[in-house]
Amino acid sequence: MTAVAVGTNRIDPYLIPALDGVAYGLLVFVAASGLVLCFGVANILNLAHGLLYAIGGYTAAALLDGGWASLALALAVGVLAAAAAGVLLAGLLTPVATGSHLSQALLTFGVALAGGSLLVAGFGPDDPQVQVPATLEGSVMVAGHRYAAYRLVFIVVAAVLAAALYLVVRRTRAGMLVRAAVDDPEMVACLGVSPARIRAGVLAAAGALAGAAGVLGAPIIGPGTDTADTVLLLSLVVVVLGGLGSMAGTLLAALAIGEIQTLGVALLPAAAPFLLFAAMAAVLAARARGLAVRWRTA
Amino acid sequence: MTGLLDAQEVSVRYGSLAALDGVDLCVHDGQRHALIGPNGAGKSTLLDVLGGSTRPQRGTVRFAGRDIGRLGPAGRARRGINRIHQRPAVFATLTAAENVVVAALPRVIPRRRWWPAGRRRAAQQLAGPLLEQMGLTAVAAVPAGHLAHGQRRQLEIAMALAGRPRLLLLDEPAAGLSAVEVGRLVELLQALPRAVAVLLVEHRLDLVYALSDTVTVLRDGRTLAAGTPDEIRTSPLVRQAYADGVA
Amino acid sequence: MSGEVIRRARGAVAALVLVGLVVAPWVVDDYTTALLARTLALALVGVSVALLTGVAGMPTLGQTAPYAAGAYACAVVGSRVSDVGVVQLVVAAGAGALLAALIVPLVVHARGVIVLMITLAIGELVVVVLGRWRSVTGGTDGLAGVPAVRPFWGLPALASDQGRYLYALVVVATLVGAVLVLLRTRAGLVLRAGRDDETRLRASGHRVAVHLSGAHIAAGAIAGAAGSVLVVAQQYISPADFGFDTSALLLLGVVIGGTASVGGALVGAALVIAVRDWLFGVLPGHAPLVLGALFVATVYLLPTGVNRARSRLSEAAAPQPDPPAAQERATVGEVGR
Repeated sequence: MTAVAVGTNRIDPYLIPALDGVAYGLLVFVAASGLVLCFGVANILNLAHGLLYAIGGYTAAALLDGGWASLALALAVGVLAAAAAGVLLAGLLTPVATGSHLSQALLTFGVALAGGSLLVAGFGPDDPQVQVPATLEGSVMVAGHRYAAYRLVFIVVAAVLAAALYLVVRRTRAGMLVRAAVDDPEMVACLGVSPARIRAGVLAAAGALAGAAGVLGAPIIGPGTDTADTVLLLSLVVVVLGGLGSMAGTLLAALAIGEIQTLGVALLPAAAPFLLFAAMAAVLAARARGLAVRWRTA
Repeated sequence: MTGLLDAQEVSVRYGSLAALDGVDLCVHDGQRHALIGPNGAGKSTLLDVLGGSTRPQRGTVRFAGRDIGRLGPAGRARRGINRIHQRPAVFATLTAAENVVVAALPRVIPRRRWWPAGRRRAAQQLAGPLLEQMGLTAVAAVPAGHLAHGQRRQLEIAMALAGRPRLLLLDEPAAGLSAVEVGRLVELLQALPRAVAVLLVEHRLDLVYALSDTVTVLRDGRTLAAGTPDEIRTSPLVRQAYADGVA
Repeated sequence: MSGEVIRRARGAVAALVLVGLVVAPWVVDDYTTALLARTLALALVGVSVALLTGVAGMPTLGQTAPYAAGAYACAVVGSRVSDVGVVQLVVAAGAGALLAALIVPLVVHARGVIVLMITLAIGELVVVVLGRWRSVTGGTDGLAGVPAVRPFWGLPALASDQGRYLYALVVVATLVGAVLVLLRTRAGLVLRAGRDDETRLRASGHRVAVHLSGAHIAAGAIAGAAGSVLVVAQQYISPADFGFDTSALLLLGVVIGGTASVGGALVGAALVIAVRDWLFGVLPGHAPLVLGALFVATVYLLPTGVNRARSRLSEAAAPQPDPPAAQERATVGEVGR
């Protein structure tokens, strides 16, 4: 008994942040997977990605009232709304589809700016409150510590989502197409599927993922004026760190970022602002040549 | 006997396929050396190895006595090996004269890269004679992207010569050219300064016989024969190889 | 020769604009003068963006990072070490160049959109750091109360908006002139060649990575210098000055101005900043909406400007046989023109 107590004391201060890091990391994973999809499959640099997450978040704020039904409704509406926004974005991108990434970046940025303004106009400039279902409002004991029940459930749900995503990508025909397109974008064109359809499909999927993340993750990264920027940045860092080659890479990168933002800050509070920057710099420097080789066709 | 370029025992394998299997090649100063062989013989692969874009699994490549195996295309260009590819690649938004200047820079003007002084004079001094030699003086101020295919080919040769190379690697330079253009190309290549050695990969045997002092024949990744054009032309081995293989 | 006529016309316009800028403080009110000074700083950052995006072919959304480094270095030095303008300028340029040098290994081997992503992430992360490093940067409150600047030893401190504006004008004009000169050197030629066909440049024996690194560091120095101009013009800086919005606006301005043209970058950047300021003044609530719509509209309306197939940006592997060079506005930094 004493040995266990001593053990728990040592890991004590870091267990909760570590757990938080998993929650945060999984959230970032689901959110970022949309961007990975966009870029890896359709070669689109979507700077409005954060907006799609924010749509989910604001939907949650608007519809959640503490009941389970409202959660289900918010999820459905949020996913649909964000997916629709994705399709709209695909439509807007069509005239410049053959252009450079520069035009995509500027166009999607414009949409993000306009969309963000619309959201603020609709919901006001303050961060709206999000009400989780009543049963999950409290906390749960984890290894002798209190931890927010919602976050614990979120970890489970997000893990299930990640697993589902993995299965879709690995086992379904659509997933096979996705993997093939990431390997060789030109091949997709040769398959006779219209590029416009692919764009719409990919952006809808990305929207759905980001929207789902936005709704479910609202208590963790909630809706607000900064949300879109934050989520975009985190997703970009995930793409840069995790690469486009595998879901495992994306997941690892997302978890690493999650832990850096929570556990890292707890371990090294003085260096907190620099941690993410340093991590990105370290990974990029280590893979500098590797990046060039892998993304030569990008 | 060691020459300017000395490749020994060069082997390149792609999985179980041996693109090159223990090939020796020697090009001397000022020599005009042709590399021929049926399709799939490994000519382009050998050129890739010599040019630095492919690393062989085995074998050494020495240039002017020094092992250059570690150098990539840029490093080899700095030593004086220039490769001309099948598709003429020029800098599209730069003028023809500027193209030549850029090509010359690494070897001809090693220092004073930042001085803006007399840029027009320097460009004229550097690019003028070469452009004249190639008959491009009239288009010296035209962006290279606007030049016709044949002119671009000429510009590329001018660029290759601008760096005062010691060895030129030519990869099927006559591909895609009309009869008239081929004639002009032959004139150009025959007029190349004797100080420059040339290794020419070519399918067209008439060009080979017109342009080269020495010929090496590859087949299935190995050296089949080597000698003067006359020797090769009359060699029964070579005739057999071309009859058998898809020539 | 129409080329000659165009050149002379552009020269005349540039001279006119310069004259206009010089007399501006006596023509407009103090507030506008201060606004112009701040716009000059941003336009200079736009030049650094053009240098990377257009001349070197490495599009960037992260020039706000050296800009911020320069600005904060200048503010800190100005508060604690020296109030001489030239000193602050040199320190700021040095800080920008140093940050660029640190970032260079991360981007020099990447191409196209990857560079966009990395530079965007870096720019954003720098803003995050600025916001949290309270001890040095004052956090989100920013730094204010920087003492008035003496342009040079022996000169009086700048006490009026007009004085500060003229200082900004002199600095920006000098640096732009330096950039134009630099572009006409062989290094500028090599950069443009690399933008056209990097493989070909390598095949000629050039060390491409060295040139690109040099371009990044030079651009960082310019952006850093612009940061010191901002401090003088605004007398206050905060992380909000260096957000991603600024990067995107500058990139748009550069693209409007013709990507590879220094003069175009200045005009484009100034135009975009002016439009943004005007929108925020006229429609405080809905400015971002209109601005966003303008972004989209601009991308549609400028196909050659934005979609010009730069070898490093376009997805096609082969260089176009006939690039729209005729439609391309002649670059200012051309050799032999």
